[in-house]
Amino acid sequence: MSRPIRILVAKAGLDGHDRGAKVVAAGLRDAGMEVIYTGLHQTPEQIAEAAVQEDVEVVGISSLAGAHMTLFTRVLELLKEAGAGHIMVVGGGIISEDDIVGLEKRGVAKLFGPGTELPVIVDWIVKAVDAQRAEAAKE
Amino acid sequence: MTKKPPDKDYDAAKKKWEDELASPKCRQMHDRFETISFREIKPLYTPEDLGHEVPEDYMDELGFPGQHPYTRGVHPTMYRGRTWTMRQFSGFGTAKDTNKRYKYILEQGGTGLSVAFDMPTIMGYDSDHKRSEGEVGKCGVAVSSLADMETLFDGIPLDKVSTSMTINGPAAILWAFYIAVGEKQGVSSDKLRGTIQNDILKEYIAQKSWIFPPRPSMRLITDIIAYAADNVPQWNTISISGYHIREAGSTAVQELAFTLADGFAYVEAGIEAGLDVDKFAPRLAFFFDAHSDFFEEIAKFRAARRIWAKRMKNKYGAKDPHSWTLRFHTQTAGCSLTAQQPENNITRTAFQALSAVLGGTQSLHTNSMDETLALPTEKAVKIALRTQQIILDETAAASTIDPLAGSYFVEKLTDEMEEAAEEYFRRIDELGGVIPAIEKGFPQREIADAAYRFQRALESGKRVMVGINKYFEPGEKVTIDLLKIDPRVDEECRENLRSLRESRDNKKVKQTLAALKKAAEGTDNLMPKILDAVRAYATLGEIVDTLKSVFGEYIETPIF
Repeated sequence: MSRPIRILVAKAGLDGHDRGAKVVAAGLRDAGMEVIYTGLHQTPEQIAEAAVQEDVEVVGISSLAGAHMTLFTRVLELLKEAGAGHIMVVGGGIISEDDIVGLEKRGVAKLFGPGTELPVIVDWIVKAVDAQRAEAAKE
Repeated sequence: MTKKPPDKDYDAAKKKWEDELASPKCRQMHDRFETISFREIKPLYTPEDLGHEVPEDYMDELGFPGQHPYTRGVHPTMYRGRTWTMRQFSGFGTAKDTNKRYKYILEQGGTGLSVAFDMPTIMGYDSDHKRSEGEVGKCGVAVSSLADMETLFDGIPLDKVSTSMTINGPAAILWAFYIAVGEKQGVSSDKLRGTIQNDILKEYIAQKSWIFPPRPSMRLITDIIAYAADNVPQWNTISISGYHIREAGSTAVQELAFTLADGFAYVEAGIEAGLDVDKFAPRLAFFFDAHSDFFEEIAKFRAARRIWAKRMKNKYGAKDPHSWTLRFHTQTAGCSLTAQQPENNITRTAFQALSAVLGGTQSLHTNSMDETLALPTEKAVKIALRTQQIILDETAAASTIDPLAGSYFVEKLTDEMEEAAEEYFRRIDELGGVIPAIEKGFPQREIADAAYRFQRALESGKRVMVGINKYFEPGEKVTIDLLKIDPRVDEECRENLRSLRESRDNKKVKQTLAALKKAAEGTDNLMPKILDAVRAYATLGEIVDTLKSVFGEYIETPIF
């Protein structure tokens, strides 16, 4: 069996709505992943640093207060600067379709909108990490 | 045929209620209320109307409207005398943008204002702070100083509206901004009507927008309570909130129990600070969620009134009936709304709003259909407000008081809610009270578990959300219009602050902040010092930083 996926679940910015992040963290844990939850009010700097230090393959960011364009973009930049551009960034929250398109263009791998069921998130991450690992093995 | 009620207390209470109803201060809006088919509707129905005997525990558990234990409502006439306040929560962008929306709401027949602040304001940061980047004006209005508050209420006379402000960590400061705007308009503070949320305990439990640790936060709250009692007597000093607890995923019972437990903690803090319970308890208000389980919600509202009344009278020895009455605002459940087929949210909201009215709410916010996607558009807000107007003017649901009383189902549910809440109070007591329970993560864990359980039930199909796990439409594209926040907001707010910091008397700012710091180190009431700083145009961030230097900051241990 392959090693478990390591994922950082992060609450970015000043937003305190953590129901979604916690439910998703619990769901990913129950699906066999190693989940690190940052807790609230994290700056992009804190998130990128934690992702590197914890050596995760995926960062999942939750944003429900409208600051997603700034915060997601900044995390992507900081990961790149830290030489960790390979870490996949996904997210969820109150994010309009226009903004989803915009963020995916900037390099966010996937955004899950309100109402997404846990198995959908788990399946997507498992497939994406498998693909990424296969790619890395080839190199 | 009517049997004679057996109880002298019942007769006396009934007579008292009838006298109140007949008194000039209880004028009703129509001489005769009737159904759509012209049948008369009486103000109140009791077992007598069916010719039944009055149950032995009727007076202990139900009573008459406007009388202990207030299960049937806090006013003798309820909506026949005064309808609930239709209070739509809103705020976005700059103070100028939101001022325009407020004037629109008032023109459309809204009867109260409710300010939504942006995240930086809620967390006590100025718009130009580094942590505010990307967040200014996004989920509420940015207010960093008295100057912003002046703009927000420009052309809105503060003696003519009542204003609710959803602000907690920095509540004392935003309230001081409002009082100072009143001074500028020539409205003295005793004429101001409104509410500050100011409920820090539920922040630690659920909403997670805190600044200071619990104990100094409780001091700020008791300072506000004491200041209001002497200077702003018509102001509701705390809106003890279950809404955020419920939205974070709690059950109805947890919402009821944790909210009331928080309420009792504030009462105890006030008493410990040496205040007379009857001097401040009448200004405590509540704020609940109206979720989708129609009857459970109605039972929750009725049980809340009963529990509060009994405890305030029996445990805390309050003598003023105003201290016994639980008055509450309701907001329909944001977490019940779906991004999928968003128009369905109008229907959900209507049922939820009806449960709040049947549960006896004093004011109501109905969510807009587009709120799972963005802040609401003007059109969506109008539909939400019209939903309340349809309930009031078309359904006749508000024409008689507590219409579901006597329903076997609703009465039993009400009893069960009360018992289950009492069980939570016992568990919280065992942990040493609300603050120790929070420090141990007890309510946080209970809520997170309930949220996860709900999600699991949804995925197994045991719970249904239409459009999510049943009747869904794969490949659906959202076609409703969404509100966009102008990207210039960030810059405009920064620019406003820059010019404010240049034009104000900075020496005065320094002096008033130094005086505030000194007071914070001691035990004097902080409100007068905060007001001095605010009048000198010290900013929100400057005042918060001054207090942080004495009080420190709260940090939560993350759990999931």
